[in-house]
Amino acid sequence: MLKNRIIPCLDVKNGRVVKGINFVDLKDAGDPVEQAKIYSDGGADEICFLDITASNENRETIFDVVKKTSKKCFVPLTVGGGVRNVNDISKLLNCGADKVSINTAAVENSKLVEESSIKFGSQCIVVAIDAKKNETGWEIFTHGGRNSTGINALDFAIKMEKCGAGELLVTSMDKDGTQSGYDIDLMKKISSTVNIPVIASGGVGTLDHLVEGLKSGASAVLAASIFHYGTYSLTEAKQYLASKNIPVRI
Amino acid sequence: MNITIVDYKSGNISSVINSFNEVAKDKVKIEVTSDIKKIKSSDKVVLPGQGSFKSCVDGLNNISGLIDSLNEFAINNKKPLLGICVGLQMFADIGYEETETKGLGWISGKVSKIDNQNGKYKLPHIGWNQINIVKESNIFKDIENNSHMYFVHSYEFIPNDKNVISATTDYSSNVVCAVEKENIFGTQFHPEKSDKIGLKIIDNFIKL
Repeated sequence: MLKNRIIPCLDVKNGRVVKGINFVDLKDAGDPVEQAKIYSDGGADEICFLDITASNENRETIFDVVKKTSKKCFVPLTVGGGVRNVNDISKLLNCGADKVSINTAAVENSKLVEESSIKFGSQCIVVAIDAKKNETGWEIFTHGGRNSTGINALDFAIKMEKCGAGELLVTSMDKDGTQSGYDIDLMKKISSTVNIPVIASGGVGTLDHLVEGLKSGASAVLAASIFHYGTYSLTEAKQYLASKNIPVRI
Repeated sequence: MNITIVDYKSGNISSVINSFNEVAKDKVKIEVTSDIKKIKSSDKVVLPGQGSFKSCVDGLNNISGLIDSLNEFAINNKKPLLGICVGLQMFADIGYEETETKGLGWISGKVSKIDNQNGKYKLPHIGWNQINIVKESNIFKDIENNSHMYFVHSYEFIPNDKNVISATTDYSSNVVCAVEKENIFGTQFHPEKSDKIGLKIIDNFIKL
């Protein structure tokens, strides 16, 4: 039976982790390679790096991080943030990323999703959707949630599936950072509309939130803070999910 | 011993290279190449594959003499070869992804889309699924039945002779996820992304 995936996400800025894990045995809390290794040893089903480096001069740092991580972690590695074109995707994959997540560039130029899914295969193209609730549904935003687009999230999800995206990483902007749980309505709507897997993101604060997220129809749940700050370990999370009859890999 | 990972521009093979290097350490020489002389003279060959069946077959065809060398290696000389994902799928006579495309024809059968039962099952089949080992195989040495492996695919290999099937996985139906025919091995899942248990399969292949 296919298991639901738990994906810890690390925010990386200028090659360093922004929020650190509270682990005593960690030599360097800011080293993404070391943190990723702890996650993969702890049973992470995949690992996600979000590069939040603001300046172009420091963009190269993520390539180095990905290179080092992929030599130590043997579970799938997704990298997102600042991916603008086919060359960016190619570079990340050559460094050892298994999937690349595209956000703003997918909205501005859907051809990028089409071309890259043909060139590299749909399996490595994840489209990240940042959505915010409005009167009629959900609107998508770009540039890390700063720019509104007027585009309906459901319409965009359907379009991305058609363009060849292998997965959708859906983040609720209303819920992100609140620790009050995923936007379940949004996850339900999108995962029942498309036939590709949906990764739920934004808002997880407790283990019950992970349960709710996976019951909404999402195939995977992404979480940052609860693992960053050591509130729960991956093992605890998985055991809890299993106790609630959610199929996970233990 | 030296092992060659065939680089025919089939997409991302970094993880395959990294995992083989991790397992081989300094004991075994791992070479990544499309040089047909090197392929012919190596002890074992790994045939990765990402993207569509058609794009991978095109990739093989684009390198002059590559398919002949692989035939010589695996069929005439019967040396061990491991196909991963689309690398396994290409063993078939024919594939139906994008358009009808001729495969290597090493293991008689076809590659068609997984039946998603009208949307009941999401495609691609992505994530960790358990393998059901149906035939004793040297690459499954010390691998427990029902172990989890990492999958990413929308198409499945359906061999004509069911005796070549060494493992299946349950997704919509019993999907073939490992085959073995004499010296030819294949996994639909990605051992290179399946954590320690996947590395064990790579180790088993290296030790064949």
